[in-house]
Amino acid sequence: MIDSIKSFMGWFFVTGDPMIYGADASIALASIGIVAVLTYFKKWKWLWQEWLTSVDHKKIGIMYIIAALLMLFRGGVDALMMRTQLTLPNLHFLDAEHYNQVFTTHGTIMIIFVAMPFIFGLMNIAVPLQIGARDVAFPFLNALSFWLFFVGAMLFNLSFVIGGSPDAGWSSYAPYADVEMNPGVGQNYYLLGVQISGIGSLATGINFLVTILKMRAPGMTLFKMPMFTWSILITSVIVVFAFPAFTVALALMTIDRLFGAHFFTIAAGGSPMLWANLFWFWGHPEVYIVLLPVFGIFSEVIATFAHKTLFGYAVMVWSMVAISLLSFITWLHHFFTMGNTAPVNAFFSISTMLIAIPTGVKIFNWLFTLNKGRIQFTTPMLWALAFIPNFTIGGVTGVMLAMAPADYQYHNSYFLVAHFHSTLIAGTVFGIFCGLHYWWPKMFGYMLDETKGKWSFWIFMISFNVCFMPMYFLGLMGMTRRMYTYPAGLGWTPINVVMTIGAFGMGAGFVLMAYNIIWSAMHGKKDATGDPWNGRTLEWSTASPAAEYNFAHIPEVSERDAFAVTKEKRKAGNAGTVKSYAPIHMPNNTGIPVIMASFMFVAGFGCVFEWYWMAIPGVIGVIACMIARSFVYNDHHYISVEEIKRTEAATGRLS
Amino acid sequence: MDENQNQMSEQVRAGFPWKQVIGLLLSLALTFIALWIAVGLSLPVHVTLTIIVGLAIFQAFIQLFMFMHVTEGTEPVHQLIGILFGIYVAFAVVGGTLWILAYAL
Repeated sequence: MIDSIKSFMGWFFVTGDPMIYGADASIALASIGIVAVLTYFKKWKWLWQEWLTSVDHKKIGIMYIIAALLMLFRGGVDALMMRTQLTLPNLHFLDAEHYNQVFTTHGTIMIIFVAMPFIFGLMNIAVPLQIGARDVAFPFLNALSFWLFFVGAMLFNLSFVIGGSPDAGWSSYAPYADVEMNPGVGQNYYLLGVQISGIGSLATGINFLVTILKMRAPGMTLFKMPMFTWSILITSVIVVFAFPAFTVALALMTIDRLFGAHFFTIAAGGSPMLWANLFWFWGHPEVYIVLLPVFGIFSEVIATFAHKTLFGYAVMVWSMVAISLLSFITWLHHFFTMGNTAPVNAFFSISTMLIAIPTGVKIFNWLFTLNKGRIQFTTPMLWALAFIPNFTIGGVTGVMLAMAPADYQYHNSYFLVAHFHSTLIAGTVFGIFCGLHYWWPKMFGYMLDETKGKWSFWIFMISFNVCFMPMYFLGLMGMTRRMYTYPAGLGWTPINVVMTIGAFGMGAGFVLMAYNIIWSAMHGKKDATGDPWNGRTLEWSTASPAAEYNFAHIPEVSERDAFAVTKEKRKAGNAGTVKSYAPIHMPNNTGIPVIMASFMFVAGFGCVFEWYWMAIPGVIGVIACMIARSFVYNDHHYISVEEIKRTEAATGRLS
Repeated sequence: MDENQNQMSEQVRAGFPWKQVIGLLLSLALTFIALWIAVGLSLPVHVTLTIIVGLAIFQAFIQLFMFMHVTEGTEPVHQLIGILFGIYVAFAVVGGTLWILAYAL
C-alpha cells in the first residue's frame, strides 16, 4: 500500500531536479503567504466582492494585466534559463529533455498567456471608455472569458510541478506531439490548457465585436472611432474567424491522444501535415491578433504626444482591413519546407510579401504623424518611437523569409528566431508596455514615475538589440533553433555570450519596471484631472480611475478625436449645456463565471490525467452553472442620482 | 443609437421556443443521418460526399435561421459582411488545405 502511494507520488509530482524542488518550495511559500496575508487583513470578502465576482470591464482588464505580468515573469525566467544554457558550448545547466520543456512553455506562455491577455486587458480598460459606453455588450461573458483564460493558464503552469511539462514546442507538431511518440501527460496539459483559455479568447472576440458595433456613443460613426478601437474591431473579427480552426485542431489531437483516434498519425490514414496546416491557419492570423491592437496603441500614443491628429486615418483603417483579409491566406509560409508543390509555395510567398504593403503604409503614416508635430518624449512615446525602427527590421527580415527558395536556407535557423522576436518584442511587447504606461493613470488614478520608466525603457530596448541583432548572424552561421547545446569551435560562442548578456539586460529592464510599479503605487503622482497626457480621445474625459458607470452623461460625439474637439470648444468659451443626472442601469456582479471556470479546471485536470471520474463531474458542474445562469432574472441594478452626485462631487466633476 | 444605454433586455415571455426545439431536432437528425450514410451504408465515395455536403449546407441554414438570428438586427450590412467574411475564410481553409495537401492525400 505505502509502496503504491510512493510510486504514485513519484509519478504524479515531477521529481529529481533541484530547480523543480526550488519551484515547489517557492510555490508553496507564495501560496501560504497569499492566504496568510488575506486572512490576517480580513480581505477574503473584499477579494470576492470587489474582484472575483466583478463584471466591471475596468477591473477585469486590471486582472488580465496582473495575470499577464505574472506569466511574463514566468516566460521570462524560461527565456533566461535557455540563454544561460546556451551561453557557452557543452554546458549542462539544463539537460536536453528539460531544455525542450522550457522552450515549449516559453513559447506557449508568451503567446497565449502573455501577449493575448495583456492585449485583452488593455482593450477591456480602454475600448468601452473610448467609445463612450458604460460596459461591454456582454459583461457576464467578459468575466467568464477572463476566468477561462486564467484557469487555462493555471492548468498549463501546473504541468511543471505535477506530471511533467509538454516538450513538443509551442507549435506541437504531429506526429511527435501525438501519443505514440510523446506518452505521458505533458502534451495533454498543452492541449487542455490552451483549449480552455482559447474558449475565453473566442468569447472575448465576439464580445468586443458586438460592443464596438452596437455600443458607441451617439454620433460616433465607425469612421469617427479612435484608432485603437478600430484595431480592436478588426482584431475581434480575426479572433472570431481564426480561433475555431485552432479549437478544432486541439480537439482532434486531444481525441487522438485520449481516445486513440488517428487524425494526425499515418497509421490509420491520418495526416501529420494536417496538424501543421490547421495550427498555422490559426497561427498566422494569431500574429495579427497580437499585432494589430498594438498598432492601435501606437497610433493613439503617437498622435497624443505629437499633439496632432493621426495622419491618414482612413488609410490606416483600410490597411488594417487589408491585413485582416491577407492574414488568412499566408499560413503556409510557416512550412514552406514541408514538401509542398512549387505553385503552392509561390502563391503563399507572394501573399506573404503582399502583407508588407499595408504594414509599410502604416509605418509611413506614423512617421508623417510625427512630421512637424510638437513631440513630447514621455515614457509611452519612447516605447512607440522605438517600435518604428525595431519593428521595421523584423518586418524586413520577414519579407526575406517570405521568399520560399531563400526560406530553405533560413528555415528553423536562429535567423527565423531573431525575426519573430523582432516583431513580437519590438511590436507586441513594446506595445503593451507603451499601453501600460499610457493608460496606467486611467486604471489606477496615479502616474508611473517617468524617470524610472525611461530608465527601464532604455535598458530594455538596448538589451533587446544586444540580444536579438547578433542572433540574425548566428542563424546565418548555421545555428538552428531548439538545439540544447552546441560544440565548441564553430565560432558561435562569442555571439551566444553577447546574446545572453542582452537577455539578462532585458530581465533587468523588466525588474526595474516592476520596481517602478511598486514605487509609484506608494509615491506616484496623483492624476486629479483624469487627463494627464492632454489626451485626444474620450477615455481621458472621465475621472481617473473612471467611476463604475464610466460616464455620468453619455458623451455626444461630432468629430474624430472627440475629447480634443471638446477641449477646443471649451477654450473658445463654449462649455456645453448642463444636464441633469438620470439613474444609471448597470449589470450585477456574479460569482458564476469564476465557479464555472473552476469546474472547467477540474474537468481539464481530469482529462489531462485521463481520470474520467474527475473530468465528468467537472463537465457536469460547467453545465449546471450554465443552467443556473439561465434562471437568473435579477441581473441588473440602478445607480441612484444621489450616488452619481456623490461620486462626481468626490472627483470635482459635479456640473 | 440607443444601444449604448445598456438597456434592460426585454424579458418577453414569447411562449414555448418552438423554433429552437425544431432546429435542435433537425440538427440532430441531419447529423445522425450523415453519420449513418458515411458509416452504415457503403455507397461510392463521391455519392457519400455529395449527400453529406448537401446535408451540411442544409444544416448551416438551419443554424443561421433557427439560432443565429440572421433575419434580425438593426443593420443588415453587418450580417452581410459577417457572412461574406465567413465564406472567404471557409473557402481559404478548405480550398487551401486541399490544395496544399493534394500531393499527400
